[in-house]
Amino acid sequence: MRKINAVLFKEILYLIQKDLVLEWRQKYAFNGMLLYVGSTVFVCYLSFGLRQFSDDSGPIWNALLWIILLFTSVNAIAKSFMQENRGRLLYFYSIVSPQGIILAKIVYNTLLMLLLALICFVFYAFVLGNPVQDIPMFLLSLLLGAVGFSTSLTMISGIASKAANSSTLMAILSFPVIVPMLLMLIKMSKNAMDGLDRGASLDELLTLLAINMIVVTVSYILFPYLWRS
Amino acid sequence: MKNIWWKILTVLLLLFTVFAGLMSDVPRLAILNETIRNLYFHVPMWFGMILILLISVVYSIRYLRNPTIKNDVIAHEAAKVGILFGVLGIVTGMEWAKFTWGEYWSNDPKQNAAAIGLLIYFAYIVLRSSFAEQQQRARISAVYNIFAFAALIPLLFILPRLTDSLHPGNGGNPGFNAYDLDSSLRMVFYPAVLGWTLLGIWIVNVRSRFEILRQRIYETV
Repeated sequence: MRKINAVLFKEILYLIQKDLVLEWRQKYAFNGMLLYVGSTVFVCYLSFGLRQFSDDSGPIWNALLWIILLFTSVNAIAKSFMQENRGRLLYFYSIVSPQGIILAKIVYNTLLMLLLALICFVFYAFVLGNPVQDIPMFLLSLLLGAVGFSTSLTMISGIASKAANSSTLMAILSFPVIVPMLLMLIKMSKNAMDGLDRGASLDELLTLLAINMIVVTVSYILFPYLWRS
Repeated sequence: MKNIWWKILTVLLLLFTVFAGLMSDVPRLAILNETIRNLYFHVPMWFGMILILLISVVYSIRYLRNPTIKNDVIAHEAAKVGILFGVLGIVTGMEWAKFTWGEYWSNDPKQNAAAIGLLIYFAYIVLRSSFAEQQQRARISAVYNIFAFAALIPLLFILPRLTDSLHPGNGGNPGFNAYDLDSSLRMVFYPAVLGWTLLGIWIVNVRSRFEILRQRIYETV
């Protein structure tokens, strides 16, 4: 048993390394995402004119940031399985276990999302002003958001990549699954924005962790069935 | 025809529900007034929906373990009947909300959760229709069904408890038992739940038998 675990762990490390190297070599994908984030934030700035911050625009600031992050992550993660061509998938199929692939993809997408979310937050706060009072807590909610989005979207992207019109399908399959997570994240980050006592967000924090764990476990169990086809 | 007894039971229960639900005495409560009768129609829809969607997920799991057409067809038909119950539950709930809360849609977490839950199953139907090959369609939609159900449970049971809801039992509102304790309500409510749920199972049963027969005919032609 321990030996299998060690093999799985090694596989995951190799696959993450492979994804990172691929990303590094074809920088256009990552740069594209950066530009996507940047232009979305700028469009929001131009169309909402939120620079002059009043007390009641806090919820809008928060909701807008999360909506930008949601669309960014759907776009960034959608390509995680569609990008690979058939031949390469067949090659992976013959040498690594499906569990290794899904876990590696989840970890890799989490790293990607963390980076994107951080850049997005910094740029957003720079352009639209920063009303956040409890920055560490807000960053924690960004972290949970990145983990949550990447775990659930990776599996959905695997499902959607098998179908015909995968980009539309990606959106309609993922939004209902993401919404509970999104609502809780918005609530938690709003608490952090207002600088509330950290204990106030404990419920959301635990529920988010629990949902993430459920999603990862279900992905781990279900992915082999998806992979086989 | 040896299993006909539960169908007779369903018809009797539903006849009883409709007659007793509309004719029997109900307690007079402020605001609720006569709309309390909706308890026999709105609430059983949710019980029925959850149970029938559970059947759908169970058959999806069974499909992954043992891929037969029968398991796939039952999972699909159960999801469709679950959607039907969900839509009826939302419509009856909106009607009830109009008379008691003043609005058809008042941004109540349970209403929202129900709407999102329905979106998940609409997505399931769309996903199914985007595959041409039967085996692949069955396997991948089974995977999505299980995945979505695992994500739906926290939505339906945990989220409304975290935020204030207008529904009974949440956010400081009295739970069911506070006014459900009236035994005349219970006399009709429990048979109503049983009756509507059995009706849903009956519909799933008939539809999946029909679908399996149809596929068999297609194969032979």
